[in-house]
Amino acid sequence: MTAHLRAPLVVWPAGVILLLLSVATATTIGPSDVGPRDALAAVLQRLGGPPSQLSLLQQSILWDLRLPRAVLAAVCGAGLALCGVVLQSLLRNPLADPFILGVASGASTGAVSIVVLGVGAGAIGLAAGAFVGAVTAFGLVLLLAVAAGGGIERMILAGVAATQLFSALTSFIVFTSADAEQTRGVLFWLLGSLSSATWRDVALCGVLVVLGIVVCWARAGTLDAFLFGQDAAAALGVSITRMRMVLLGVTALVTAVIVSSSGAIGFVGLVLPHAARALVGTRHRVLVPTATVMGAIFLVWVDTAARMVIEPQELPVGVATAIVGVPAFVVILLRRRRAT
Amino acid sequence: MSLAAERISWRVRDKLIVDGVSITAATGTTVGLLGPNGSGKSSLLRLLAGLRPTSSGVVRWDDMDVSTMSRRRLARRLAVVDQESTTDQEPTVREIVELGRLPHRQSWSPMSARDRQVVENAAETTGVIHLLDRRYSTLSGGERQRVQIARALAQEPTELLLDEPTNHLDIRHQLELLELVATTDTTTVMALHDLNLAATYCQELVLLHRGRVHVAGPPAAVLTRDVIAEVYQVEATVDVIDGRPRVLFTRLLADHGLGTPLPR
Repeated sequence: MTAHLRAPLVVWPAGVILLLLSVATATTIGPSDVGPRDALAAVLQRLGGPPSQLSLLQQSILWDLRLPRAVLAAVCGAGLALCGVVLQSLLRNPLADPFILGVASGASTGAVSIVVLGVGAGAIGLAAGAFVGAVTAFGLVLLLAVAAGGGIERMILAGVAATQLFSALTSFIVFTSADAEQTRGVLFWLLGSLSSATWRDVALCGVLVVLGIVVCWARAGTLDAFLFGQDAAAALGVSITRMRMVLLGVTALVTAVIVSSSGAIGFVGLVLPHAARALVGTRHRVLVPTATVMGAIFLVWVDTAARMVIEPQELPVGVATAIVGVPAFVVILLRRRRAT
Repeated sequence: MSLAAERISWRVRDKLIVDGVSITAATGTTVGLLGPNGSGKSSLLRLLAGLRPTSSGVVRWDDMDVSTMSRRRLARRLAVVDQESTTDQEPTVREIVELGRLPHRQSWSPMSARDRQVVENAAETTGVIHLLDRRYSTLSGGERQRVQIARALAQEPTELLLDEPTNHLDIRHQLELLELVATTDTTTVMALHDLNLAATYCQELVLLHRGRVHVAGPPAAVLTRDVIAEVYQVEATVDVIDGRPRVLFTRLLADHGLGTPLPR
């Protein structure tokens, strides 16, 4: 465990290639049998290449269902892992995940209000509602935390309080107003699902996640500085109040947009940062890209598994990430114990 | 004067933790902060490092007001080592010492060859070079403290603030660490508990009592029988050997004996 992998030279190119291969392979897996060559041909046709041999239905399955879904899985996995890395560093809490500051439960309340109470309509309304809910919850957490003294532990407590409050609100709305059909839909969404992925979601999440990666990677040194806490970071030249606002704001936005497109997919943001740290160490210059690529690959495969294991039914991907994530987490914990 | 703080105070709600303290340190000297638990040593160090804003008074490093300096600029000249630095992560020693280079490079840029050289030198000076690939969590208390000092030296500071750096260390490690600090050419202000070590390694002492400076000056002027009785409520004999006071504690004094003449 002493010498970390030479990340910039080995892990990154390997990771990016593996990610592309994963997305490509994932699009060929499913009930409708499409081989890799046909899949490539269909995609090339969409991008202006020669016509492919596939039927229109198969083309549509590839282009409108599987590909956006696999790409959205990659984008969400990357974004969730990124937020986990940043929050675990800033909050100095190994249990921090993208949902610790109440963003996910706020999003749920927003989405459920749309679905059940019919404020606005359709998938566009749901995503927008979730986003508004997420941002509202984060704002509330910030207000609470600042009013309570502004410390990191206040922030976590405020996040816990907001999570409880919005979960209760969600349950209240579902209990009092939803019919069985709506309840099932809401539950599916609450557990996290990529099944309604569209290119619009991909574009929206993609832009914000890439932006988030760029901002956080650029502040890699700042994130390193928080290793021994806020005072130590300040003594190393970090303007902690400003940087905390910038980095928390970025993670909240990224989380909000991910949750609004795919629900609260758990465990990626908690486990993948630890896995990446075990692989490449604590320097964020290396850790941020490593964790994001790992998160992307992880979620592509887990989502593929989630739609295949109980075919023709589909497992919510959040359930699958937990089933895979918990044993992985245990392994990391045990390895860590041996290392110390 | 490298450091000059004038009548600085720090108030938390309506309690004065630091009460009108003035302290100076000439360039290159080592100043010891003494005082019972809760006398305001750590708080004073935080004010001097600009980590907390003073309620009143000004801290100046080379005539520059700390409150108007950018954190980054300050971190390039002033390094801080805490009583105990803990982390929930599993960094290697090298990763920690490299933190010292952060004020000198851009947040996104890699370490330059010079950065790496400074890190190696700092690790060499503090005797942790053989530990560079070890995990921080596997080190002893003394090794951890040396690693933190290596990190501080990697900042290439002209001033060093240390908060009870010898806490939890056995006597050999205490002496090693203080020797190390004494040999650096920085201006150093450190909080210490051990009066004899302070007398040995500091040119100037500042004795705090209830947030105020009780007495300040060269060790022989500060560490007297009367002062120790008054501030610590402990009876002691003080011999001066080679110009340095040597304190031997003999017994406790009653709490209410404060300010009354010593029993003979």
